[in-house]
Amino acid sequence: MKIQTKDVNFYYGDFKALRKINFNIPEKAVTAFIGPSGCGKSTLLRLFNRMNDLVDGARLEGQILIDGQDIYAPNIIVEDLRKKVGMVFQKPNPFPKSIFENVAYGLRVQGMSNKTEIEHKVVDALKRAALWGEVEAVLDKSAWQLSGGQQQRLCIARSLAINPDVLLMDEPASALDPISTAKIEELILDLKDKYTIVIVTHNMQQAVRVSSKTAFFYLGELVEFNDTDIIFNSPERVETKNYVSGKFG
Amino acid sequence: MTARRKQSIIFLIIRILSLSVVAILFLILGFIVVHGFQVINWGFVSQMPKEGMMEGGILPAIVGTLCLIAGSMIFAFPIGVMSGIYMNEYLRDGWMKRFVRLMTDNLAGVPSIVFGLFGMALFVNKLHFGDSLIAGSLTLGLLALPVIIRTTEEALKSIDQSYREASFALGASKLYTIKNVILPVAFPNILTGLILSIGRVSGETAPILFTVAAYFLPKLPSSIFDQAMALPYHLYVLATSGTDITKARPMAYGTALILILIVLICNLIANGIRKWQRKKA
Repeated sequence: MKIQTKDVNFYYGDFKALRKINFNIPEKAVTAFIGPSGCGKSTLLRLFNRMNDLVDGARLEGQILIDGQDIYAPNIIVEDLRKKVGMVFQKPNPFPKSIFENVAYGLRVQGMSNKTEIEHKVVDALKRAALWGEVEAVLDKSAWQLSGGQQQRLCIARSLAINPDVLLMDEPASALDPISTAKIEELILDLKDKYTIVIVTHNMQQAVRVSSKTAFFYLGELVEFNDTDIIFNSPERVETKNYVSGKFG
Repeated sequence: MTARRKQSIIFLIIRILSLSVVAILFLILGFIVVHGFQVINWGFVSQMPKEGMMEGGILPAIVGTLCLIAGSMIFAFPIGVMSGIYMNEYLRDGWMKRFVRLMTDNLAGVPSIVFGLFGMALFVNKLHFGDSLIAGSLTLGLLALPVIIRTTEEALKSIDQSYREASFALGASKLYTIKNVILPVAFPNILTGLILSIGRVSGETAPILFTVAAYFLPKLPSSIFDQAMALPYHLYVLATSGTDITKARPMAYGTALILILIVLICNLIANGIRKWQRKKA
């Protein structure tokens, strides 16, 4: 098990956003988080790389373990954790730098300065993100010139460049057109043998297409967690059944 | 009256009022240019004043003002930008932040003559700098601080949170993120603060009155502990206390024109840097 949560409660001020979450996310597979808006799925995702540390008044109870290590333990250096647990956001957010520098950013953060080594890793990351062919000739152009879908794949490349074990994706395709979405999904399927991927999505077909496990959240609770085809074809709980069949949400 | 007609009348009034603002600006500039242009020549900007300031040039005042701009900015820009960064990036929302902001705003509202008096008491007397460029620069720097702090803060605030998140998610520390992502993006807007404060600093008379300005000093400053002439104060002197005020009037217009030109050139340079920075991004 790559990621384990143990009795996780999470509060934004007085608001309890997550209630007693207990489950295990398998290694080198795609796990999808589904559920209606405000159900806590993004909140949980952002706990895995401690992104919620930035939120004033946020408080966590319980434990989250990655590779058996409590990531909220005092001896954990949060920067090191985030090098291991990459994240791709809902809106593509490349830096206002060149395509090359965007991918090189995480490497430079780690203090890498050998030019050939950086170049090698940037090219490799762009290839893994299936973007190399499209940007090969324009590496020194601004990343903002790329289309939304290309920008998102650039953000994925940027995360892959520093070789994380885990890749968290927060609705990575929700701002993209269907063709770009298909490319992102294809990419996720390509990557799933090498990385532990957790993807939050509003699009249930997307969850079916890319994930092997699915967790359904509702009102801050983990209602059901199982193999994706069980969740979508024969869920145990009636809430899950109603949600995946489109009766609410 | 139909709603449509009413609307067009109101638009007309708004248009006239806004154009009149532009008209006033052009009137002032035109007036200064027409009157000042007659006295401006190479000698005017390159010579010492002579004959009770009725003749000769205003070189020491130009040099003095440029020194004061540079001196005050060397002091105020780094401190102001760092305060702005602290306020926006490090200080959490709470009473401390509100208090610092309130004080900054109050500082901006203090009349400049009070800065002058304070500068005299602290820099000139207490720290024994005497009437000097350093005392004047520090006093003007204090005056410019709130503008720089505020614009820096606003520039940082306007940066999309997603850049910070993207950087943090790649394992970057806060300091690395500020240095490599936030500041480069915010820099063009921070420069606006610099432009505004240069405009303010170069035109202020009251703060330099007791701290640096010399009534008549036909030589260039050779150290930061020298007194110096400055354009706004020189203008004041020419307009009020020469031996022959009517004869000094053209010199005053010339001085005013040079002052405006200096501010204009500073603005153009800063704007140029801003555009260049934007293009790079």
